[in-house]
Amino acid sequence: MDMREIYCNTLMEEAKTNDKIMVVEADLMRATGTAAFKDAYPKRFVNVGIAEANLIGVSAGLSNMGKIPFAATFACFASRRAFDQFFLSANYAKLNVKLVGTDPGVTAAFNGGTHMPFEDLALMQTIPNLTICEPCDAVSLKKTMKNLINHYGSTYMRLQRKGSQSIYSSDEEFEIGKGKVLKDGNDVTIVALGYVLVPEALKAAKMLEKEGISAAVIDPICVKPLDKELILHYASKTKHIVSAENHQVGGGLGSAISNLLALERPTKMRMVGIQDEFGQVGTLDFLKEYYKLTADEIYKQAKAVLNKE
Amino acid sequence: MITKTELQKLNKEANDIRIKTLETIAHLGVGHVGGSLSVVEILTLLYFKEMNIDPKNPKMIGRDLLVLSKGHSGPALYSTLALRGFFPLDWLKTLNKGGTNLPSHCDRTKTPGIDMTTGSLGQGLSAACGMALACRIDNLDNYTFAIIGDGETDEGQNWEAAMFASQYKLNKLIAFTDYNKLQLDGTAESVMDLGDIEGKWRTFGWNVYRCDGHDIASIESKIELAKLSNNKPNMIILDTVKGKGAAFAENKLTNHNMVVSPETATEAIDELKKEL
Ligand SMILES: Cc1ncc(C[n+]2csc(CCOP(=O)(O)OP(=O)(O)O)c2C)c(N)n1
Ligand SMILES: [Mg+2]
Repeated sequence: MDMREIYCNTLMEEAKTNDKIMVVEADLMRATGTAAFKDAYPKRFVNVGIAEANLIGVSAGLSNMGKIPFAATFACFASRRAFDQFFLSANYAKLNVKLVGTDPGVTAAFNGGTHMPFEDLALMQTIPNLTICEPCDAVSLKKTMKNLINHYGSTYMRLQRKGSQSIYSSDEEFEIGKGKVLKDGNDVTIVALGYVLVPEALKAAKMLEKEGISAAVIDPICVKPLDKELILHYASKTKHIVSAENHQVGGGLGSAISNLLALERPTKMRMVGIQDEFGQVGTLDFLKEYYKLTADEIYKQAKAVLNKE
Repeated sequence: MITKTELQKLNKEANDIRIKTLETIAHLGVGHVGGSLSVVEILTLLYFKEMNIDPKNPKMIGRDLLVLSKGHSGPALYSTLALRGFFPLDWLKTLNKGGTNLPSHCDRTKTPGIDMTTGSLGQGLSAACGMALACRIDNLDNYTFAIIGDGETDEGQNWEAAMFASQYKLNKLIAFTDYNKLQLDGTAESVMDLGDIEGKWRTFGWNVYRCDGHDIASIESKIELAKLSNNKPNMIILDTVKGKGAAFAENKLTNHNMVVSPETATEAIDELKKEL
């Protein structure tokens, strides 16, 4: 089952007992995969056409009257295209818009550079109190969505549309702002976010293990609020940190962690992610290699931060 | 006016462009078939008759300009530019491959002959306004053309551009709406009805014309009329069919972005070759 089916199924399941939930699309229903919701709840489904500013404006209005709108479009348009609407109508107005950006980072693949968001997390992090998350698998997606519904306030979630993977067992519980330790370790901690990088981090940890380097892997799930306690604990424990994200390191997860560490517990750190470049067209594999979003690169950076190059 | 022999030549050119577009998308295996095939005739007319351009000097000062605002129709424009000699036909095989000069959406920094980068719908008409205004400031007597989608017309920015073009009397701006009645989620009517589309542009201060977007001679006659304008921008609504010319795609609700197998493409291409 594609991640987008989990997205739609979770909304349909929650909508059974929560009549406030609505789906708002901007001519990308077929991409987001919410047609089943439209069929099941036609009155609670809205399509604004190709109009992202209106997508967020209408959602803010729906929220003002008590609805819980899940508004979705490609992450590039959810962030860049309608930032002021999301900033002001949704967040400054303290409303409850659940914005979803699909095809984050290099997963925009064949849609190319114009559609490739390396900056959505950076933009979103400047909005006070906004909850920002990127679940990496089916279980964390489903449970995080439930948490977002139960949390009053606007949120931004990056959503992988196609494919699915299993990182967590189905009985795992999640909390907004709480990360997960996927693997314990003593020498270095890899903090990896999202569908593309979490599996790469686990692979890198295995590669390091073979050389006697004990690497912990953390999935923060939320970039904001960041699980400060967990990251500071691992900074003390392993003394070395590598961040990994499908986003530019400036303003993304790497920046968020380095801000925290610089103020609270200066720690040696390296960042895997896009290094101040625009996106481009290509297959996902090509792009992962090109922008170095791979286990190899995480492994390399872990060795570099440990001075074991 | 187009002569009969000229029209025959252009129709053959359109057929070639359609074939190349299908080959290009099929070589990759997936792509924006529908919206590429619906703009073939307008691109043929512009690049093989109407526009003052030089394939050997794609940045020639004073050339006519095109903003393909519905940038996802790149494959049709790339096929047109390749056949017109802007770059080798082999390039078409690199569509969307890592390192290509032909990305799915038009990119002015990568492809010779592309005048503006597009892909985020709704931005192209504003850029075309700026280009037309700059040309007027520089005393150039060229034309700026723009093509927008009917679904794309939902974007409010188009209407900001519409007011601007009228305020600044951009009479050398000639825009086209590819009115294929379909967008991504379904018919334009069911998603966001454009209603009286001609009336809308007219009340925004534009000259409005309308014709069959697959009939090269009638598009040409509307462009001739638009060129008579001395103080208003021009919108030519092209009634088109999304996926035109390929039975597997024509008017199908799923034809926006679809998988195209080599067999499917060959079948469609064989049909098109019969028309030559
Ligand atoms: C700002 C923006 N929002 C959404 C999209 C995704 N998208 C690409 S094409 C398309 C539908 C376009 O419909 P239309 O303008 O009618 O084009 P055509 O039918 O000619 O393909 C959508 C929603 C986009 N490229 N840009
Ligand atoms: Mg259309």
